[in-house]
Amino acid sequence: MTDRSDSERDAEWEMVVGLEVHCELATATKLFCGCRNAFGDEPNVNICPVCLGLPGALPVLNEQAVELAMRIGAALHCEIRPSVFARKNYFYPDQAKDYQISQYDLPLNADGWLELPDGTRIGVTRAHMEEDTGKLSHVGASGRINAAEHALVDYNRSGVPLVEIVSEPDMRSAAQARAYASELRGILVATGASDGRMEEGSMRVDANVSVRPAGSDRFGTRCEVKNLNSLRSLGRAIEFEAARQIGVIEGGGTVEQQTRHWDESAGRTEPLRSKEEANDYRYFPEPDLVPLAPDPAWQERVHAGLGPMPADRRAALSEALGGSPSTAETDQIRAVVDLGLDGLIAAAVDAGAPVALALARAANEVAAGGEAALDLDPAAFSELLALEAGGRLSATQSKAVLGALLERGGGDPAALAAEMGFEALGADTLGAVLDQVIGENADAWARFVDGDDKVQGFFTGQVMKATSGKANGREVAAELHRRRQAASAT
Amino acid sequence: MSDADPGRAPLGRDDVVHVAHLARLELSDEEVELFTAQLRTVLDHAADVAALDLSHLEPSSHPIALQNVMRADEPRPSLERDEVLGAAPAVEDHRFRVPRIGGEAP
Repeated sequence: MTDRSDSERDAEWEMVVGLEVHCELATATKLFCGCRNAFGDEPNVNICPVCLGLPGALPVLNEQAVELAMRIGAALHCEIRPSVFARKNYFYPDQAKDYQISQYDLPLNADGWLELPDGTRIGVTRAHMEEDTGKLSHVGASGRINAAEHALVDYNRSGVPLVEIVSEPDMRSAAQARAYASELRGILVATGASDGRMEEGSMRVDANVSVRPAGSDRFGTRCEVKNLNSLRSLGRAIEFEAARQIGVIEGGGTVEQQTRHWDESAGRTEPLRSKEEANDYRYFPEPDLVPLAPDPAWQERVHAGLGPMPADRRAALSEALGGSPSTAETDQIRAVVDLGLDGLIAAAVDAGAPVALALARAANEVAAGGEAALDLDPAAFSELLALEAGGRLSATQSKAVLGALLERGGGDPAALAAEMGFEALGADTLGAVLDQVIGENADAWARFVDGDDKVQGFFTGQVMKATSGKANGREVAAELHRRRQAASAT
Repeated sequence: MSDADPGRAPLGRDDVVHVAHLARLELSDEEVELFTAQLRTVLDHAADVAALDLSHLEPSSHPIALQNVMRADEPRPSLERDEVLGAAPAVEDHRFRVPRIGGEAP
């Protein structure tokens, strides 16, 4: 390592990143057998002769998996081509049959692209179909792979349909790689192909990272980094790996082509083993399956059936806001579309809620609800915003009711507000309280009437105190101003 | 994907040792000699086929001219777990127990 600053070093080196994203398809069954495709079941309950590779078992392709794979290809502007399944041979207990059925030289989808929110286009080399492997748990003193004493295998996941999306080495920063993964996740969810949950392994990202002197057009030796379980890990691992490679080269060494494992807690990558030559997998066409060549009519149906993609949805929200959203609103728009909350906003706006209010509540309070956010009933959200926009609930009260809706997984906003003691005070009650507060603070009231606006907060506070916070701040302010005008006029 | 390319060097002893390693086969020196000769005969035959002018024929990876054989995405019963695990050499916690592994999956 050298004592130069990071920025000097950044100016001398350029990182080159390509991503391989494995996406589990949201089918009911596995790719080649009728075992259930389910996450979180008891170990080894969804296994059969096909996914265990028992002698004589014959795989039969799942039509819905092909449909979803084509949707992904179409959404990524790929050409959908006649394809052939191949056996990828290797000995590792994550596959009981010692080969994985994948696609090799003839993938279903090829030559596409994905556009990042900032307009950069990243090439998509291919998006092919393959089966997932079983889940290994390494058992040993430290829990680390390299130190494990033995491993336990659950084949529930073995044979689950996957699409592997391979990008071109078009990314030049960790931020760009994150943006790609994030946008891709949004697209996968929008096609209905996946739930996009990285933490459950529905979407898994491997990064191919290399570095080269700035201005060079030749690629350096790349390392493949695995075990990236979140967008944050992806960004950190790429930063670490690029810096490591620069350190190796600046120290006079050469980067070795390797598969490396990201250790999240240690914040570094570690070598797993030297990467075997691709032909060591001895790919050959899977003799138990016939070629897959979706006919043009099916392809057309897939294209026609694609709903709006994240970019379209961001554009729609931006337009609803008048076409030139602020920076904060642009961030909010990205967040709600990433989280799939724009449908909520659309429902609320259709029901008459102001767009900016719906966007703010969705991007902040609803988004903070995590998983519960996706289950929020659009009708309840719309009704709550109507209460807030109509002045029957203050912003603070509305947020509290929203929190309760998310926590309880639903409910009637008006009833919840009442239960929380948020029912709006009747005009008579507010009038009576104001009469009393003004009467008790005659001097302050005189100053307010004379135009001293600083006292307004004092009166609002007194009213809130007298009503235990049930008064609506906006209504109190309106009433205070109405009375001041009346007082000044006399 | 055979080694039938006529321009390619003939199959050697090292190739057989390498392929045997990939297949996790432990071969004696005599066996390596034996299989090198035998495999070379097989590949020579493939080279005879490769020498033919087949430019008028479509490549085929399957003997039957079928494509798009698919099934509906409908669950079917899986095997009884206890029965499957009962046939395994080692089991722990309802999972197959396997020896320690040097690296991650390829």
